[in-house]
Amino acid sequence: MNNFFQWLFGKKQSPPKNPDVANTAPLTEEQIEAIVKNQNPRYELQQLIASSGQSVGKQRELNEDSLLALTTTMAGNSGNLPFGLYIIADGMGGHQFGEVASNAAIRSVAGYVMKKFHPYLFQVKTDTMDESFQEIMLTAVGEAQRAIQREAPGSGTTLTAALVLGQQITIAHVGDSRAYFVFPDGRMEPITRDHSLVRRLEELGHITPEEAVNYPHRNVLYRALGQGEILDPDIFTVTFPQPGYLMICSDGLWGVVAEQDLVRSIIEAPNPQRACQNLVAAANTAGGPDNISVILVQLIG
Amino acid sequence: MSDDRGDEGSPTPRQLQAGVTLANRYTIQEVIGVGGMGSVYRARDMHFPNVTKLVAVKEMINTAPDPLVRQTIVQNFEREANLLATLSHPSIPRINDYFTVDSRSYLVIDFIHGKDMEAIINETSGFLAEDQVLSWAIELCDVLDYLHKHKPDPIIFRDMKPSNVMINHNGDVMLVDFGIAKTFQTGIKGTMIGTEGYSPPEQYRGEATPAADIYAMGATIHHALTRRDPRIEPPFSFAERPLRRINPAISAELEAVVNSALEYNPEDRFRTAADMKQALMGVARKTGALVRMRPQTSPIVSAGGIKPLWTFKCEDEIRGTPMIFQGTLFTGCYDNNLYAVSAADGKFQWKYPTDGGVVSRPAMFEGNVFIGSEDKRLHVVSARSGKVVWTYYTDGPIRSSPRIAEGHIFIGSDDKYLHAINLNTGRMAWRFETADAVRSTPFVLNDLVYAGCETGDYYAVDFRGNLKWRFHAKRAITSSTVGSNQALYFSSMDSTLYALDPHNGWVIWRFRLGKASISTPCIMDDLVFVGAADGFIYAVEAKSSKEAWRFRTEHQVNGSPVVYKDSLYCGSVDGSLYCLEYRTGRLRWKFGTEGAITGSPLVYDDIVYIGSTDHQIYALLA
Repeated sequence: MNNFFQWLFGKKQSPPKNPDVANTAPLTEEQIEAIVKNQNPRYELQQLIASSGQSVGKQRELNEDSLLALTTTMAGNSGNLPFGLYIIADGMGGHQFGEVASNAAIRSVAGYVMKKFHPYLFQVKTDTMDESFQEIMLTAVGEAQRAIQREAPGSGTTLTAALVLGQQITIAHVGDSRAYFVFPDGRMEPITRDHSLVRRLEELGHITPEEAVNYPHRNVLYRALGQGEILDPDIFTVTFPQPGYLMICSDGLWGVVAEQDLVRSIIEAPNPQRACQNLVAAANTAGGPDNISVILVQLIG
Repeated sequence: MSDDRGDEGSPTPRQLQAGVTLANRYTIQEVIGVGGMGSVYRARDMHFPNVTKLVAVKEMINTAPDPLVRQTIVQNFEREANLLATLSHPSIPRINDYFTVDSRSYLVIDFIHGKDMEAIINETSGFLAEDQVLSWAIELCDVLDYLHKHKPDPIIFRDMKPSNVMINHNGDVMLVDFGIAKTFQTGIKGTMIGTEGYSPPEQYRGEATPAADIYAMGATIHHALTRRDPRIEPPFSFAERPLRRINPAISAELEAVVNSALEYNPEDRFRTAADMKQALMGVARKTGALVRMRPQTSPIVSAGGIKPLWTFKCEDEIRGTPMIFQGTLFTGCYDNNLYAVSAADGKFQWKYPTDGGVVSRPAMFEGNVFIGSEDKRLHVVSARSGKVVWTYYTDGPIRSSPRIAEGHIFIGSDDKYLHAINLNTGRMAWRFETADAVRSTPFVLNDLVYAGCETGDYYAVDFRGNLKWRFHAKRAITSSTVGSNQALYFSSMDSTLYALDPHNGWVIWRFRLGKASISTPCIMDDLVFVGAADGFIYAVEAKSSKEAWRFRTEHQVNGSPVVYKDSLYCGSVDGSLYCLEYRTGRLRWKFGTEGAITGSPLVYDDIVYIGSTDHQIYALLA
């Protein structure tokens, strides 16, 4: 019986070689309940668990990705609220100081967001915030845009940032880094849309998804931070999947490892830390053609 | 110590102040534009002391810390200067000077008395006239043709868009900003960037040909005629926004020219700018554009054919919203009565008199009608007989509608309390003190009751009457709340539509309305709909708070929109009930009553019911 459970909810084991031998008697209610309980232990304080991974890859000399992961809880009148800020930025075009751009982007966005939330996290303050999550993220991205134009004019970066407060995830997104929801049943759902030429041509039906994989201008973005006069980031709010994960990554991961392998690396890992290491390893095993960055977040309780 | 190497604390490097003189010659007057790398100033050329000769001074501040980056930036700026110096065309400003001071470079060109086309588009209410845009487009094709025929090498402008086109005081176009330093390095590994919105697909791949300018020309005309900024739309999506669908007043001929300029494949577009100019001239001849200006026409969908199924006349204004239960329609009226009429034919069944105006919506529970009145009472009346069952007193007029949930009636009153009344006994379970009159209808979700009041305070109260959290808007919240576990939505007199986290009251997003609103939002799919005093009905995406569409009525929209099947129904103080396609906001029909509509429609079994301040209630086929 124990074997059967391990197979059903198994971690590392492959399906038994002799399924016929397995006991297939239906489970009693109690048994099912016990399993469910075991799978979803209760956590008294709702909280975020986050881990990240990064690698320069196998073919680049320079890491132009930048990453930030910040997790805490906010004490409030109506209990503690999970608070998190997770950002990945992928700087563009080697000679044009991509790492300066991605770094400036992360620091400006995080700097602005934390300045806004500082009083609520660290001071005694009960006033309602005069700005919405989406407005804060929009202004933060604007700050990053200016910082890049100041520090490294002509360069650019992608930016995918997630502000988590309670169960609300507010995303600011420019470029082709991605945010996904990953569900324990093996589903994976992208929640951002790439601002890339190839994705656009695919949407228009000018090229097929198969052609997209080998399209010669796969790296061309039509929207990037630091570029263009009108910056129009995608900003939206979604609800944290429970159970499930929020994953943010650069194209060094999603462009290299197949979706089903990404999901498997996550749901088969014993914890998010291990999952991130597995994801990075998978991208490197696949050749590691680009910088790899990933953040994995879980909301429990 | 130089102040233009901005550190993280100071945002953009400082602009020049009025009165500063550059190169002992150009006295800055004011900033006329701001770009990514500096500002554009209007300045006076002091070499002409006896006349006021104005020039435009374009500034480029080089803040790049890296010497290599700095050098590239300067080279690009010089290229623009050198290029301009070789050109001579009435639609291209002349260059007067070029110099560098410390980390700032300056380009001095003719000052153009006028406005850029983007500003004109934005400042015009409604659409620009076709004739106007047509004449600009013809002049622009002429200057593009000049550039493309440039010797020894053709010049590709690469950045045709409304903000780079100035319309001077004579109404002629001027092409500005030759500063495209965007060279496209193909074949380089890594992420690269194209240009946005107006550019054709091949330009993203690094190809810049005359055909690319022709595409951008088409995109520019498209933007001018539709007011849809392509920079905030997905690239190459013009085909999804045909000119005449957005602006039906445009001639089919012009649409054909624009479509042809916007062809996906370069070889399908006009071969040269001269060809496009010829085609535009052809349109102008056919539509007579160069002879006359056509009056603006707007799409009119008449509802001449719409006849109400029935009408019912009360003795005073109907300001509230009706309710249907078992074939009977109930509506409050400002003549103090609650009316019951047959939903099928509008036949009078009974009326129940209160001692005050009834402006809210009735609620139903187990055969009884619950209705608040300005006589300070909540009345509970048998739906069948119209006889009173019990009443409940508050200390102020009731304008809020009752909400029934969990064995209680929740209702606000002008006595500054939110009341919870036991449904069986008719006695107060508790009341929650608020800062001012509660005119919104309480909303119940999970274990909390939500209500806003006239000071703009908003409360989440649990079922025992304890405050869970509160929020404060800048003005009154008269609108009621709708929502789900994801978000609560309501509007406020502070001209904002709010989305709040129902668990803790944090603001997810705010959407700016043109004016104050007391309209209760309505949700369908991923859209939130709301009316406002500016006369618009707005559709806003629930996830991103982006406007999906807006529809203008002739007066304030105070009632709530209602979605039924694929239509949105909403009344306006202009007296009409509007039926719109809810996905696009396109008008299907409208029906005029003889008075302002302040309540919301009710749609039931394919029939729309709407009350009007003309004292009547109308039943229309949905």
